[in-house]
Amino acid sequence: MLKTLRQIASVGIVSEPPPQSDEDLRIRDSLQAHIRSVLGRALCIRHIDAGSCNGCELEIHALNNPLYNLEGLGIRFVASPRHADLLLVTGPVSKHMEMALKRTYEATPDPKLVVALGDCGCTGGIFGESYASCGPVANVIPVDVAVPGCPPNPRRILAGILTAISSMGAAPPSPRGLP
Amino acid sequence: MTLQHWFTRSTPQRGAPGLHALTVSQEQWRQVAQDFAAAAGRLLALWASADERGRPAIRAGLLAERRGLLLSAPIAHPETPYPGIGDLFPAAVRMQRAIADLTGLRSTDADARPWLRHAAWPQDYRPLIDPPLSAPDPEAIADDYPFVRVEGDGVHEIAVGPVHAGIIEPGHFRFSVVGEKVLRLEERLAYVHKGIEQRFTQLPILDAHRLAARVSGDSAVAFSWAYCQALEGMTDAEIPPRAAWLRALYLELERVANHLGDLGALGNDAGFAFGLVQFSRLKEELLRASHESLGERYLMDAIAPGGTRRDLARAGIASLRSCLRQVADEVLRLRVIYDEHEGVRDRFSGAGAVNPELATRLGLTGLAGRASGQAFDLRCDFPCEPYAQLSVKKTVRTDGDVAARVAVRFDELQESCRLIQHILETLPEGPHRTQVHVPADGSIGVGLIEGWRGPVWVALEAGPAGSIRRCHPHDPSWQNWPVLEHAIIGNIVPDFPLINKSFNLSYSGHDL
Repeated sequence: MLKTLRQIASVGIVSEPPPQSDEDLRIRDSLQAHIRSVLGRALCIRHIDAGSCNGCELEIHALNNPLYNLEGLGIRFVASPRHADLLLVTGPVSKHMEMALKRTYEATPDPKLVVALGDCGCTGGIFGESYASCGPVANVIPVDVAVPGCPPNPRRILAGILTAISSMGAAPPSPRGLP
Repeated sequence: MTLQHWFTRSTPQRGAPGLHALTVSQEQWRQVAQDFAAAAGRLLALWASADERGRPAIRAGLLAERRGLLLSAPIAHPETPYPGIGDLFPAAVRMQRAIADLTGLRSTDADARPWLRHAAWPQDYRPLIDPPLSAPDPEAIADDYPFVRVEGDGVHEIAVGPVHAGIIEPGHFRFSVVGEKVLRLEERLAYVHKGIEQRFTQLPILDAHRLAARVSGDSAVAFSWAYCQALEGMTDAEIPPRAAWLRALYLELERVANHLGDLGALGNDAGFAFGLVQFSRLKEELLRASHESLGERYLMDAIAPGGTRRDLARAGIASLRSCLRQVADEVLRLRVIYDEHEGVRDRFSGAGAVNPELATRLGLTGLAGRASGQAFDLRCDFPCEPYAQLSVKKTVRTDGDVAARVAVRFDELQESCRLIQHILETLPEGPHRTQVHVPADGSIGVGLIEGWRGPVWVALEAGPAGSIRRCHPHDPSWQNWPVLEHAIIGNIVPDFPLINKSFNLSYSGHDL
């Protein structure tokens, strides 16, 4: 126990300030103003791998490390679409995940946001469209913000998420001192 | 007959060093497999292709007694099932089912259920034989997959997935349980099947290493290296020594990054969030050092035909060395904390055990295999350059439980840190890339690399004018997914995430 405490104390707080939101990432501009009152400051994200190579998932995981400290920003990943405000979708949508993705989208309460992640989520990427791939996420469900990259780094992912939130009229949350 | 009999008749195979090629008749196909099984050999991969005259052929990668074989058997009558080898190598069953889904060729084995195909494409469409489609079939609907039912007093089923509660890849698990205890697990995968093998045939052969790197994003270096090794072997391209050493550096960095991620996640799954925080911080430091010195956090495009895309500057060497020193030191400290934590020890010990005898029988491979007494590591047993000069220390444990898979990760992490320091100290000078020409139509190359998860196999066949006739990338998850079904038996449902994580198998690399 002493060693654990010593390790915690010696590492200290390593969290960094978040990036600014980036208007270049916006592809749809039709979000309801009342979302803010519904959400307050916290944002719940449901991640869906709809066919990714798992590269984007590695960088989504990084958002939870103490340097990006996502939960400190009032944003967290949840286990059910029923609890989610935002869907973070990766991959070219495989034909086998098409129905699961649509059902997850339908299970998410309105108003909801969708962020498509990675070159594949944005355009189909190197996999394109085929007998087994439906291509970009926007081919299957409506997308608000698309973040390119292979994989996009955590700051770009965070910027994409913050872009989606700021479209609701809320200012991006401050990094620390949240309730 | 003996292995020697087959090897005497074989010819050298281009690509990974030490491989041979042999074409046999359908009748001999099973005989060769039997001889390899009798010699405690391993099935590395099994897929279907076509021979030089366009006839369908089944192919397999086999390894025994430190010799490897690319075995091919042309199929004269595609309507007649070819001899299955699922009784000799249990992992072959799903591979044979996948061959049927993609090419229509069926084996004589009993399980004829589809494996990769979920009714997304019509049964008479053969993705690897018929012309590519530009979009999925809009009429396709989900099919009713016949899971094996367990019956009896108090038995019920828990269905999980494809969308899971965490940030992980999609797949479906069907548990048959009594109370908390798991009687049986049946996996259903292929949710992220996106047509990778057909896609390969649409890309130029000198460019498709980029697709290989994206077969499984966490093994980008292993797959792109194996692809390039196959390609370079086909064209007799001699990569410069510096390129080989840089590739080994990338492969070990990939291993360290994945092991750091897994060790943190395993602590977390055992209820010790401290572990996740500490290891994910170390992983982030490593990714940043990679970005600073190599230009990429994840080395998705670091390897290119003929060598590496970039060279490594002096400043990069210094920054990587200092980062790896810090990682190695801190991991030693964290290992003591994990070892001494009673709660963690209690969750890790005995969970998801696969004993060495079962592991041998089922063909458990790679990292998970080494935790169950399978003393096999391509870096030691089948080394390509520069591993022959690196004398990698192999880690083997025999308990086969979560604790053993954690211990193997800790050992390999330390060994990889040592290898990286050694590589950075002795990196040969000179060019980091040479030119690679388009291979001749009909030539075949094989790449074989020990990725962080286990042996990665890529078989590449050239078509005319720089095209790809066929490329089969094979992830060790094919061998290990079926063993997970055994590992969970008798454990409780809440331990499944921990046990699953301790294997950390690839969905994308398997589903293709």
